[in-house]
Amino acid sequence: MTLPLRPRAEALAAPLPPLLAEASQLARGVVLGEHGRRRPGMGDAFWQYRTAQPGDPARSIDWRRSARSDVHFVAEKEWQAAQSVVFWVDRGQSMQFSSEKNLVTKADRAALLSLAAAVLLVQAGERVGLTDMGIRPMRGEVQLGRVAERLADKTPQDYGVPDVSILPRHSRAVFISDFMADPGPVEEALATAADRGVQGVLLQVLDPSEEAFPFDGRTVFHSMGNTLEFETRKAGELRDRYLARLARRKERLTAMAGLTGWRFHTHHTNDSPASALLWMYQALEGRA
Amino acid sequence: MFTLSPIGFVTPWLLIALAALPILWIILRAIPPAPIRRAFPGVALLLGLEDEDSEADRTPWWLLLLRMLAVAAMIFGFSGPILNPEPVETGSGPLVVLVDDSYAAAPDWRPRLEAADRRLEAAASTGRRVAVVALNDLPPEGGLPLRSAADAQARLDGLLPKAWPVDHAPALDWLDTVDEGFDTLWLSDGLAGDSRAALARELQSRGALTVSEPPAPRIGLQPARIADGMVRLSATRSTSDAAQTIDLTGQGPDPAGIERELARATLTFEQGATEAVTEISLPPELRNRIARFEVEGLRSAGTVTLADDTLRRRKVALIGGDSEEGLELLSPLHYLREALVPTADVLEGALSDLIAASPDVVVLADVPALAPSDKDALEEWVAEGGLLLRFAGPRLAAADTGRAEEDPLLPVRLRVGGREVGGAMSWGEPRTLAPFPEDSPFYGLAIPDDIEVTSQVLAEPGPLLAERTIAELVDGTPLVTRKTLADGQVVLIHVSANAEWSSLPLSGLFVQMLERLAVSTRTGTPDAGELEGTTWVPETLLDGFGALDDAGERPGVPGEELTQGVGPDLPPGLYADEDRRVAVNVIGEDTVLRPAAWPAGVVPEWQGEREETDLSGWLLLLALAALAVDVIASLFLTGRLSGKRGKAAATAAVIGVALMIAPQYARAQDEAKATPIDEAALVAAAGEVTLAYVRTGNAQLDRVSEAGLQGLGQQLFARTSVEPVAPVGIDIETDELAVYPLLYWPVEETQPAPSSEAYAKLNAYLRGGGMIVFDTRDGDVAGFGSGATAEGTRLRSLARPLDIPPLEPIPNDHVLTRTFYLLADFPGRYFGQSVWVESSPPDAERAEGMPFRNLNDGVTPVLIGGNDWASAWAVNENGSPMFPVGRGFAGERQREMAYRFGVNLVMHVLTGNYKSDQVHVPALLERLGQ
Repeated sequence: MTLPLRPRAEALAAPLPPLLAEASQLARGVVLGEHGRRRPGMGDAFWQYRTAQPGDPARSIDWRRSARSDVHFVAEKEWQAAQSVVFWVDRGQSMQFSSEKNLVTKADRAALLSLAAAVLLVQAGERVGLTDMGIRPMRGEVQLGRVAERLADKTPQDYGVPDVSILPRHSRAVFISDFMADPGPVEEALATAADRGVQGVLLQVLDPSEEAFPFDGRTVFHSMGNTLEFETRKAGELRDRYLARLARRKERLTAMAGLTGWRFHTHHTNDSPASALLWMYQALEGRA
Repeated sequence: MFTLSPIGFVTPWLLIALAALPILWIILRAIPPAPIRRAFPGVALLLGLEDEDSEADRTPWWLLLLRMLAVAAMIFGFSGPILNPEPVETGSGPLVVLVDDSYAAAPDWRPRLEAADRRLEAAASTGRRVAVVALNDLPPEGGLPLRSAADAQARLDGLLPKAWPVDHAPALDWLDTVDEGFDTLWLSDGLAGDSRAALARELQSRGALTVSEPPAPRIGLQPARIADGMVRLSATRSTSDAAQTIDLTGQGPDPAGIERELARATLTFEQGATEAVTEISLPPELRNRIARFEVEGLRSAGTVTLADDTLRRRKVALIGGDSEEGLELLSPLHYLREALVPTADVLEGALSDLIAASPDVVVLADVPALAPSDKDALEEWVAEGGLLLRFAGPRLAAADTGRAEEDPLLPVRLRVGGREVGGAMSWGEPRTLAPFPEDSPFYGLAIPDDIEVTSQVLAEPGPLLAERTIAELVDGTPLVTRKTLADGQVVLIHVSANAEWSSLPLSGLFVQMLERLAVSTRTGTPDAGELEGTTWVPETLLDGFGALDDAGERPGVPGEELTQGVGPDLPPGLYADEDRRVAVNVIGEDTVLRPAAWPAGVVPEWQGEREETDLSGWLLLLALAALAVDVIASLFLTGRLSGKRGKAAATAAVIGVALMIAPQYARAQDEAKATPIDEAALVAAAGEVTLAYVRTGNAQLDRVSEAGLQGLGQQLFARTSVEPVAPVGIDIETDELAVYPLLYWPVEETQPAPSSEAYAKLNAYLRGGGMIVFDTRDGDVAGFGSGATAEGTRLRSLARPLDIPPLEPIPNDHVLTRTFYLLADFPGRYFGQSVWVESSPPDAERAEGMPFRNLNDGVTPVLIGGNDWASAWAVNENGSPMFPVGRGFAGERQREMAYRFGVNLVMHVLTGNYKSDQVHVPALLERLGQ
């Protein structure tokens, strides 16, 4: 845990195959780098031959192939275009929570997951960025460095609000938060994203104690930033009602995601981050 | 100090704080346990939830109660509660501790001194000056012997009870010479005294009087008597409130001469009775050996009654001449029988049979001559200490026995015929007895007027006659003559044993004379008249605790004073006059013990053995424990008990409580461990060869003994197949000896003599094949048994009651010289001194062709020397010698020889005469060869 964030993220990303958009190409596993769209277009990789149509520029004709038959063929390349993936990582105070000393905070876990995904995407040639970074998604190691640097920032707010200031059209988005705050802003952000044709995933990172509510006795609960307080004499009796509320929150997020074509997943900080990364990876590529 | 019956408080004003408890209750009740503040991002989801339970925030009642308990315990704890508090020392000015140092105070002497000690400690803290006054040992007149309380404590600890009662009258006189005022602590013995009340009033007039008196009744054991062949034991006590049972034991020497319990009885005081009587039946042999009866468990001169001649019944063999049938009253034995049967065991029969029964006295009534074999046997018996009492008579007068020369069995030569006076055929008046001379055993006996002697045998005048005459008639002719024969004596009464020659046998004087001659014994306490003119020398004396002590050289006591009751001039004990013994006991037959009567206003108190106990520690512990429980309960209430940290806190609290209690347990276990009976150690010692030494009470000496046996054990381990375990220190009073093959007993000058039980155990040990090595450690400067050193003297007194066979210096061919090493000398730190072992039988002979005699079979039970072997053997924990031996190489050689002696010694103990048998090896080999 003492390693800086980026080496840790890279270490996590290392065992994963490069993030490729399509499963078939993943299976072939030959193409490193560009993100094939399985349709003809601009790119370096051969896609198919087709008979030349009127209007095709002459220099697009593949003469070697045409010489073997009577018609002219044009060699089409597979359309390879880099995808933009933007991350919104909740950096509010609530994410700084960890219930036990040997558990990482939710913020740590969220940063790790997002950066790992970014590393994978950059390796796959995609452009990555943060919604609140101020610059458009870019590719390359330098960008990873910027993202990592930016992830270390914290906001003083108790609960983060999704920032959709940079959300290019038809890009992919990853929202990582505990979604404990009022879900209104999240809904708005999702609506905005849907408007821009952006699809993505909602990854809820929770501490195990938030899932189990192992409290009892007279307790004053307060938020990390001390803006909210709640006192109870018998915390144990609240457990069921709390858990019901949590389940309702998850349902609501799932429903919102379903409406907008997003995917929702809950990850706990005491689980392996690799599983969450794998899920994110699959969710991102499944809707390629 | 504020006192609530058994509990007092040092700082009672702290108890005011108890009044604050209700306020505390209200405050605590209003303040529930503080909530935990917990950061929890999920709080956003909780907002708006309500507690189902609408009860107001209050501390639960049981937690409140717990806290109240803790606080109350703390308040009580800090206010210094004390169980059984000593009455606080309030007075000032001098304090007099008045001690009834009588026999009656002896049973609880220690507790009463301790009670006074506590009072003195209090006095010391206030700086009061104290005088300790023992009533039997009054200080000189004219003032209080005041000293500091600490000095007084030392003086008090040195006080011992006397064996006689206290008299308070001299104390009153002494008080008249003191004109100060003072407070008094009177340690009363609880018995009534003539001047006790007067003294108490006088003391009250001087200052505050506190009387400390144990409530237990004082018990006095009255002299044992013989009634109808049974031993009658009776006791009296001072109060009769409750039924009480006491055990009596009769102590006396067994046939081996070792004092042991010979009889046992139980006396039961009924409720309301001050007297208890029981009778036990004892065989005469046993009864005659009983030296004293004592009450078990009560150490006091009053609970011991010494047995004297009244308990003994002498065996008297009566042998008379032939008497004509039917003339019973004329039989020479009739009056003797009448006089002796009540007080002695009378045997009659043939002389040879009677001597075999070893009588104390043989009476020959008018038997002039005996068969030669009987005569020799009788002579031998007299020479061994018998008393032969002969009476004259017609036959003796007629016989020629002792005419020409002195018969060994007659004290004087007799003239032929005798004489008659005052009879019908003779002139003159019947003679009467002359007063007994001062050196006569009959001196002091009153002579009745009506005793008349009409016939007598006359002694041949001679130079020895006057000396041998112990009673004579008014005309100077002998009536009783006596001579000693070796250890015994022969007494001749010059008249007949029947009433023919004189009226003496009809008189009471006859019986008294027989008693004086120790032919018969008294049945009761002698009265002053009987004892007139005798002088009694104390043999053994009782101390206040009822222990017997050798009287040492003390002047004799006139007989008439013996009956006057014990006191400083007549300490209780056993007094002897020639062969007779009279016991002077503290409690006489008619002694009545009455409880002390105190004037109004004096209430005796008795702290007894109850010690002040400071309860504050326990209360504070209780408070701490309650608070610890409160920690757990609070954790539980606030939900901190779940979760890892909560569990850790709870564990810590539990451990904390355990730690507070643990030391108490540990101490209790230590105490349990200190009990002497350690069977496991005994079993371990029995399983291995364990060398043992006798603990002398001198720590340094015991350490040396232990180190010595340790060093010897190491050498044995290295050199031989004997592999002893660590040596063991033995307390011969309490420890089992049988499992140790060898006892090393360093003799220490100040060592207390073992009890008779311990001696019995030691004798059993020696008989069972054990061996004791006595080491006087003095280099035996002046030779064995000379008593030149204190240790040598002590050894003699220590070893006297032991069954030790005749000893001799180790002969050159003793098996000890060759059990492992061949040795000529047996050095320790000293050398060259002879070492003594059981002597070889006189008939030991050198076997043919063998270099050694066939010596005694078995192991010598003792080995006595003064070479300080343990010091030569002793090694410290590093294994190096603790003490130097000799100088340089020669010294080391001497140490080596000392180890060799030790090896031989242990080998001798373990293998017996095995090496002795080795002398037969050539013969055995020769036989096998054939």
